[in-house]
Amino acid sequence: MSERKRPKLAVWKFSSCDGCQLTMLDCEDELLALTEEVRISYFLEATRKVEKGPYDVSLVEGSITTPHDVKAIREVRKQSKVLITIGACATAGGIQALRNFKNVKEFIRAVYAHPEYIDTLTTSTAISDHVPVDFELRGCPVNKHQMLEVLNAALNGRKPNIPKYSQCMECKETGTVCRMVATGAACLGPVTQAGCGTLCPGKDRGCYGCFGPMESPNTAALAARLGQLGQSSRDIRRLFHTYNANSDAFRKEGDNHG
Amino acid sequence: MADTRTIKVEALARVEGEGSLHVKIKNGLVKELHFGIFEPPRFFEAFLRGRDFREVPDITARICGICPIAYLMGASQAMEDILGITVTKPIRDLRRLIYCGEWIESHALHVYMLHAPDFLGLSDALELAKVDRSLVENALRLKKVGNEILEIIGGRAIHPVALKVGGFYKLPSKKQLRTLEEELKWAIETSVATVKLVGGFDFPDIEQNYNFMALRHPDEYAIHEGRLVTSSGLDFPVSQFLDHVEEEHVPWSNALHGKPKDGGNHHVGPLARYNLNYDKLGKTAKAAAKAAGLGPVVRNPFKSIVVRAVELVQVCEDALKLVQGYEEADKAYVDAPIRAGEGHGCTEAPRGICYHRYRIDSDGSVLDARIVPPTAQNQKVIELDLWKVVQANLAKSDDEIKWRAEQAIRNYDPCISCATHFLKLEMEHS
Repeated sequence: MSERKRPKLAVWKFSSCDGCQLTMLDCEDELLALTEEVRISYFLEATRKVEKGPYDVSLVEGSITTPHDVKAIREVRKQSKVLITIGACATAGGIQALRNFKNVKEFIRAVYAHPEYIDTLTTSTAISDHVPVDFELRGCPVNKHQMLEVLNAALNGRKPNIPKYSQCMECKETGTVCRMVATGAACLGPVTQAGCGTLCPGKDRGCYGCFGPMESPNTAALAARLGQLGQSSRDIRRLFHTYNANSDAFRKEGDNHG
Repeated sequence: MADTRTIKVEALARVEGEGSLHVKIKNGLVKELHFGIFEPPRFFEAFLRGRDFREVPDITARICGICPIAYLMGASQAMEDILGITVTKPIRDLRRLIYCGEWIESHALHVYMLHAPDFLGLSDALELAKVDRSLVENALRLKKVGNEILEIIGGRAIHPVALKVGGFYKLPSKKQLRTLEEELKWAIETSVATVKLVGGFDFPDIEQNYNFMALRHPDEYAIHEGRLVTSSGLDFPVSQFLDHVEEEHVPWSNALHGKPKDGGNHHVGPLARYNLNYDKLGKTAKAAAKAAGLGPVVRNPFKSIVVRAVELVQVCEDALKLVQGYEEADKAYVDAPIRAGEGHGCTEAPRGICYHRYRIDSDGSVLDARIVPPTAQNQKVIELDLWKVVQANLAKSDDEIKWRAEQAIRNYDPCISCATHFLKLEMEHS
């Protein structure tokens, strides 16, 4: 009997910590069922079997940081019907985008004895800065339920149900005490996209913005409030310039401080 | 005319991150062999300069999605060293418990999903599921137990959010942790069965005279505390790590090679821990090892899969004890005023020792950062193993050599993301 034709899924990696693709393997309860619905055609972290494109859905992790990456992502785009970026590196350049604010030559000298062996770009940038992207899933790392939702939507040709509102909404929905109001803690929740599951406020700390900016964030108002709460200009800059430092809204706000 | 072959593996599979292997063979002898890491550099040490010391654990966690605890904890310990903080016993125990969670998740993933398929001649765990679905279901359930520990204590499995310098932002409730009890009892039994299963695999006949290095603790199988010891007889505190280990930058790798200053090489990870700390294993783990034919000394790198399974037994059992003994403490963390200084931290990541050193200024800003991850230290011994493995398999086809070489690399569960803060296989037969 011939095997049922399943859509081909590819998982790609650029500069990253592997955490977002690991999220796929962390779907312990869903992984085997998922592989009955899709054919894993390229996923180096999980299999040495490689099938040629084109692919129905590509998940892309990581940011673009080398001349080789720039070429490779174009090839991935060419081979993919639907291209979805997963995580802060792929959607905003990730933590390694902190190089964008500094002199990379000095960075190489700081870490490597032979700078001449290192081939790297001066910037770490999002996938969408290089090729058209069909959907960007946020998070450092992505939330597995959101990832399954996005994959499900892509396979069924519908729009994914991923909210673009702020973390504050999620805190209210779950009855979580507001860290900023109750304790004066620095919290990026008011400008950060919901979706993590109220993690930091649920653990008695302010949100550190790993899901990146919400739709139309009022970063200036939040920065002003953080100042009133006693955060120094340098601290405000650091808050915005961390896991999603190269996202437009966070980069610009951070640049206004420090 | 000389008989020349070149074999290349450009992108290694079932490893975390991107690496390669390049081998040049001339007249039936391996002439050149480079295990390279082409994972692009991410410059953590450089951009940590100027950050606040309290941000460092969360930021360095992003070096690796597989072993974030190794970074969260190593960085926290180094900062605590600077501030003169000694954490309380409940915090210490909870740290060991969440670390057990990371070991369970990482070892279950590697043993079943990344390494076992090699021994069975399969491409991946999904093919394994076609042969024995319940085996893979059990593997996933075991992995999930580890992730549940991470989630209950840390908030999430990858890049948990509840850990900080001095301890935790918030402690889990006794009730939450007790929910793990029954599943951990199941996990101990399943780990013992895992040792038996992988102990029955066919192992290539290779013994290496490694110089092992691992943490050692007087009262337990060391994970997050202890002194560094080697099989060559060194025994020193974590703060002297850089007096004994140096990093070398080679042209074929974006990961610095960590090696002993007195020459030679050292091997970190499960094999090192097992050989140096066998006497600290619990009864159940020792009995499982013995039943699988392992004595107190294991020098066959391919048997690392069995040792990893023995360690699974150990950490599942440790985790159960810690869960059963857990009481909610009054304070989630220990605080201290900021002061300038230099501090060190070192823990056993699932792949081996992960060392951190930081210097901070009187305002808490990081002046200097140095991180030596386990895979960087193992690059040399991986290459030494490969010389032997490739040479021993030269009569075979390129594809068979490739697969066997990949398997030899996977013996180390290399975490390439860590190593650069790292792989591709190229073979050149000339």
